[in-house]
Amino acid sequence: MSVAHDMPAPRVPEGQEEPTVELLLELFEDMAVIRATEKAAYDLFMSGLVKGTTHLASGQEAVAVGASAALRPDDYVFATYRGHHHAMARGATPEACLAELMSRATGLCGGKGGSMHLTSAQNNMLGSYAIVGSHLPIACGAAWSAKLRGSDQVAVAFFGDGATNIGAFHEALNLAAVWRLPVLFICENNLYMEYTPIKSVTAVAQPAADRAPAYDLPAELVDGNDVVAVLRTVSRAAARARTGGGPTVIEALTYRQYGHSRADPASYRPKEEVEAWLARDPLILLAERLKARGVGEEAVSEARGRAQELVAKAVEAAKAAPPADPSTAFTDVWADGGAQWRT
Amino acid sequence: MADVITYREAVATSIAREMRRDPTVVCLGEDIGAAEGVFKTTTGLFAEFGPERVWDTPISEQAIVGAAMGAAMTGLRPVAEIMFSDFLACCWDYVANEIPKMRYMTGGQVTVPLVIRTANGGGLGFGAQHSQAVENWGLAVPGLKIVAPSTPDDVVGLMASAIRSDDPVLMFEHKKLLASKGEAPGEDHLVPLGAATVRRRGDDVTLVALAATVPTALEAAERLAGDGVSAEVIDLRCLVPMDARTVLESVARTSRLVIVEENPYQGGWGATLASIVAEEGFYDLDAPVTRVAGECVPLPFAANLEAAVVPSVDRLADTVRRTVNG
Repeated sequence: MSVAHDMPAPRVPEGQEEPTVELLLELFEDMAVIRATEKAAYDLFMSGLVKGTTHLASGQEAVAVGASAALRPDDYVFATYRGHHHAMARGATPEACLAELMSRATGLCGGKGGSMHLTSAQNNMLGSYAIVGSHLPIACGAAWSAKLRGSDQVAVAFFGDGATNIGAFHEALNLAAVWRLPVLFICENNLYMEYTPIKSVTAVAQPAADRAPAYDLPAELVDGNDVVAVLRTVSRAAARARTGGGPTVIEALTYRQYGHSRADPASYRPKEEVEAWLARDPLILLAERLKARGVGEEAVSEARGRAQELVAKAVEAAKAAPPADPSTAFTDVWADGGAQWRT
Repeated sequence: MADVITYREAVATSIAREMRRDPTVVCLGEDIGAAEGVFKTTTGLFAEFGPERVWDTPISEQAIVGAAMGAAMTGLRPVAEIMFSDFLACCWDYVANEIPKMRYMTGGQVTVPLVIRTANGGGLGFGAQHSQAVENWGLAVPGLKIVAPSTPDDVVGLMASAIRSDDPVLMFEHKKLLASKGEAPGEDHLVPLGAATVRRRGDDVTLVALAATVPTALEAAERLAGDGVSAEVIDLRCLVPMDARTVLESVARTSRLVIVEENPYQGGWGATLASIVAEEGFYDLDAPVTRVAGECVPLPFAANLEAAVVPSVDRLADTVRRTVNG
């Protein structure tokens, strides 16, 4: 097998314990960009410029940004229909994401994917999947491919707590364990599968971590709102996967700040619970960490300002972009670029 | 004398040839390795290519096809086996929702060059969950190429094209044909996807068949010749791309069309072909287009019951006589 890929370094050398202040500020700005983009997506949806549906990840930014910082740029990432944060964490621009949501020709997928299918193949962000749990076996396949090619790449599947009760999750964990694949299963447990508390429909307390032992896989529970905790946990697991140690199940405890989708007000969630999690907003936690590290408020608000400015420009650019070209409805069914199915 | 091989040997032969020429071709499936496949269609692969390229899987159809998809998206050309085509229902999400939509949904960013091979159809008395002809299932989903060879020669040539294709391909290997024999094709034998072939020339009626209904159609044509009816037999070979042009050209000469398909009449592939001929070949027709298809019941177990519901030479020949004689 050929080894076709260069091996660029991850942003944090694996195993390094405390990130530099400069990196923390970068992570803060990355999370602020996602937060501002999700806010823009919500506003654009409410104003009618985004059709269909959206599943926003505000509140879950630290999982995507922390994990991404622990990965190499050539590692594979697979996400769910709540996946804007993963696309952006791997390098998709807010403008390309928002343009996709707005059905523009300049969108990440040319308007053919939409909010639920953001994909940035040039960043090895290989899709957002809207059938719950389906991408876990697919991530196994990418890990298998990396193993056969000897590329030392890792594949990561991010998924919600709801995915832990579907068959594909269990088939994937077993196959990954048996084949000792370099794959990380990262559950974003935001406590609700759509509108229903995950605890009320799951036999175990921790829907992902408590299942891992059944497949003889290591599991880690991590504070998904603490970007540094996520970074460290994923770094350890990625290093283990790269050196032949096999898969890890990571369950990141987090919370979505919007409802499940569209305009869902999420009134099924207790007020006290919402308030407690909003107080543990990942951006607030990181700002506090920066303060403790001696970084002034000015640097943090400058980062936030840059993020908001970037996203404001992205919104304007996406609004100004042309709609999807009607002829593209008939392109790219097949690898030859066409859609012909008969003579 | 030319070498003769069986249909089942042709499967393993063609995969081995592709694995030799392209190191990115890998196989995965249940019992395909050391056990060499429950139908012995992967004989010799494990011995020649080893566990690095021929992977035994658990009974996990979603993991098999899902992993094949992920591998195909990242530089490999997987050949995944689903033991019986009925089991495609266990991984239908991947076959219907994931694999065929990936390239389109991503605006052309990702291709999925894989083959899903599966043993299809009745005739071996396996009952309702191991005997269905389900080649029409994939036809309901844009984005899949669908291949169903009828001869060992075509197994080799179509499998090579399927594995080299950058598109996802469903390859239906018919269980009833596994022991059938034919001339061993030469090295680098390729049959392009989407090119039907005329198996028998005729002037009075066109019979269009696929996989195991090809020998049924040929036998019926031979019998009809004794009655003075000259039947042309077209082996469609692929459902997607569907070579409607070859059928339309034949019908323009014969003016009659009988389609013989093993999948059920309800939703069978013949309905799609019939509608094309109705729209584009109507003025060439001297008789209604007729379909001889699987009956619309689950496949029964007992041999005499099974024989009553899959297309037979008798039923086809009777139908052709009615079509020709009006």
